[in-house]
Amino acid sequence: MRRTVPLSLALAVALTTGLSACGGGDSGTAGGAGGGGSKTLRVTLANHPWTDTIKKSLPDFEKESGLKVEVNQLAEDQLSDQYNVKLNAGTDEIDVMMYRPLQEGKLFAKNKYLAALPDSLKNDADWDFKDFQKGPADAVTYNGKVVGAPIITEREVLYYRKDLLTKSGLTVPTTLDELQTAAAKLKADNPGVAGFVARTGKSAAVTQFSSFLFSFGGDFDADGKATLDTDQAKKAYSMYGGLIKNSGPANVSTDMSWQQAMAIFTQGQAALYTEADSLYKNATDPAKSKVADTVGFAVFPAGPAGSKPYNIPSWALGVNAASKNGDNAWKFIKWATSKAMVATMQKAGNPGPRESVWASADGISTYPKDLAEAIKKSAAGGVGHDRPLVVRVAKAREIVGQPIVDAITGADVAASVKKAQDAYSAFLAEDK
Amino acid sequence: MALAARPGTGDSGLSRWANAHRKWLFAAPAMIFVAALIIVPLAWTIYLSLTDSQGSVRAEAEFIGIGNYTSILTDTTRFWPAVWRTFAFTGVTLTAELILGMGIALLLWRPFKGERFVRVAVLLPLVATPVAVGMMWRLIFDPNIGFANSVLGAVGIPPQPWLAGESTALPTTMLIDIWQWTPMVVLILLAGLTSLSEEPQEAAKIDGANAWQRFRHVTLPLLMPTVIVAVLLRGIDALKTFDILYATKGKGGGSFHEVETLNVYAYGLSFDYNEYAKSSAVLMVFFLIIIGAMWVLTRRRDEV
Repeated sequence: MRRTVPLSLALAVALTTGLSACGGGDSGTAGGAGGGGSKTLRVTLANHPWTDTIKKSLPDFEKESGLKVEVNQLAEDQLSDQYNVKLNAGTDEIDVMMYRPLQEGKLFAKNKYLAALPDSLKNDADWDFKDFQKGPADAVTYNGKVVGAPIITEREVLYYRKDLLTKSGLTVPTTLDELQTAAAKLKADNPGVAGFVARTGKSAAVTQFSSFLFSFGGDFDADGKATLDTDQAKKAYSMYGGLIKNSGPANVSTDMSWQQAMAIFTQGQAALYTEADSLYKNATDPAKSKVADTVGFAVFPAGPAGSKPYNIPSWALGVNAASKNGDNAWKFIKWATSKAMVATMQKAGNPGPRESVWASADGISTYPKDLAEAIKKSAAGGVGHDRPLVVRVAKAREIVGQPIVDAITGADVAASVKKAQDAYSAFLAEDK
Repeated sequence: MALAARPGTGDSGLSRWANAHRKWLFAAPAMIFVAALIIVPLAWTIYLSLTDSQGSVRAEAEFIGIGNYTSILTDTTRFWPAVWRTFAFTGVTLTAELILGMGIALLLWRPFKGERFVRVAVLLPLVATPVAVGMMWRLIFDPNIGFANSVLGAVGIPPQPWLAGESTALPTTMLIDIWQWTPMVVLILLAGLTSLSEEPQEAAKIDGANAWQRFRHVTLPLLMPTVIVAVLLRGIDALKTFDILYATKGKGGGSFHEVETLNVYAYGLSFDYNEYAKSSAVLMVFFLIIIGAMWVLTRRRDEV
């Protein structure tokens, strides 16, 4: 008898493991009971400054519409997992969902998770779908159908430390070559401070690397063929990796996403930093940043093909196709993405997707002058994607990101690029 | 009349049937529970592992037989390194935790002054949430602004990459696991030690055995059943470690998959790649590995 106790206990523990890890595959098909077309609207949002801002305005919407809004707020990765589990099971517990059009948009649309924008809203003159910038509008369109409304856009810009540049007698780098020279000089002049920092995680770095790639004249693929082994792409990999390897922080980690890279910059440990503009508040808010007074912004430095930063919608709102509350869900989206709300959100520090708001003096009144300038220029020449435009984006990012980390750690870039090119070609062949 | 009304001895069809099948009847709730929560998901996982399901589990999937199994068993870039890491992680942490745990448990065995305070202090890491622990150590081990390198710097040792290094990341996560889970081993072993009777110890003392001999030939053999329980519980837990690895290195176990164990790999396949079929196959193999490891351990227990 005593012998069997640990065995059965262990068996139970083992079983739970094996199964809990595949919860995505089998978690209940039961869905939510009742409540169809109810007065309660269930909205799932990501942890983002945009979410914090819109939550303050929710009472206005509730009063105006007579609906009750229930917000479920999650961090980016958890949000993604939650969608995977719940939408896979065909849940109707989510009405409105905040999602990343370039990351999950294609997959969700292909899996028919996203409801199409009703014509009544698409043709609504007040709401005015045509007012959305082209890149963002394209990103929420799947097979000719609009399946979401962009809410936040971003472009890659150069964050720099005015004081350190002045001290070293440098001007703001306007080309990638200047960036490289400046980074090296800044590191040499300031012991313990990195000349340059940027994301280093294999997957996280891909989006910030993309502007380097575009500015060298390359892209991840062209006409369905992988183009990672072109001269342009090779140079971009070497440039990005080399900047971090030679002028980056000592003992640099290859896991950094924006949180870690931003921390290094805002702790005053790096002089130059290329990052998404939508995160600028982290650097200019004195409560979060030690360098709030001395941070400057500039347009992404030009490469041989000019300055080609990405200009993308990082987040959009969509409606769960299985929701029984679709009409109310679109009502919410109409309100949240109206011209007035986008202006409010943008002034609170969330770069919006509407042309009319960017064109108005009011829309940029709260932005640092140099940043507003950089954003305008970037939006004009920007590229509409910052990662491969495929269905299985997460996997593609790992493939095209490998040469970045290899370049950072000083491995053979040419060999790594060749491997990535082969893997990406095979990936594209089966990604449908 | 009065006889028929007495409960439990009725001769109506239902109660006679119930009486005849009472072993099934009483076991039914437990059996239904097991079927619903273990067998159904397991069967579903096995089914998925034999299809080419991906993208969405509701999308049409084709039955492809053992294709997923052959593809993962021949995969030497992700699968086998993950197997190796799983065993390395489990082997190292389990050994270290047992040795340290035994040492601490023996020290705490005899009553001493301040015993309560020390016992609580030793057990503290156990009550912390693994994810919070992972975040905390991630900050401590940050190569640039972390506490660990400041301490090393103070005694003149150059900064180490810790979690950031391709080859140092796995040992660092082992260190975190050992820090967090040694207390559990202490707790189990201490419970076993306290239940041992004093007589064999005294007899050995009278026979002139020294401390090591008493430990090696008296305490340890008597404690063996408890040690096996500790090995089983901790071993299975270590095999399926996920939280610490995920919190410190994120999806895929870092840019070079340096801490990717089977559990992290299966998670990535499911939630990052949406390759549910392949992920199910990995989980089934993982499941068999755990069953196998348990079988080996429990068999050894018979010999003891």
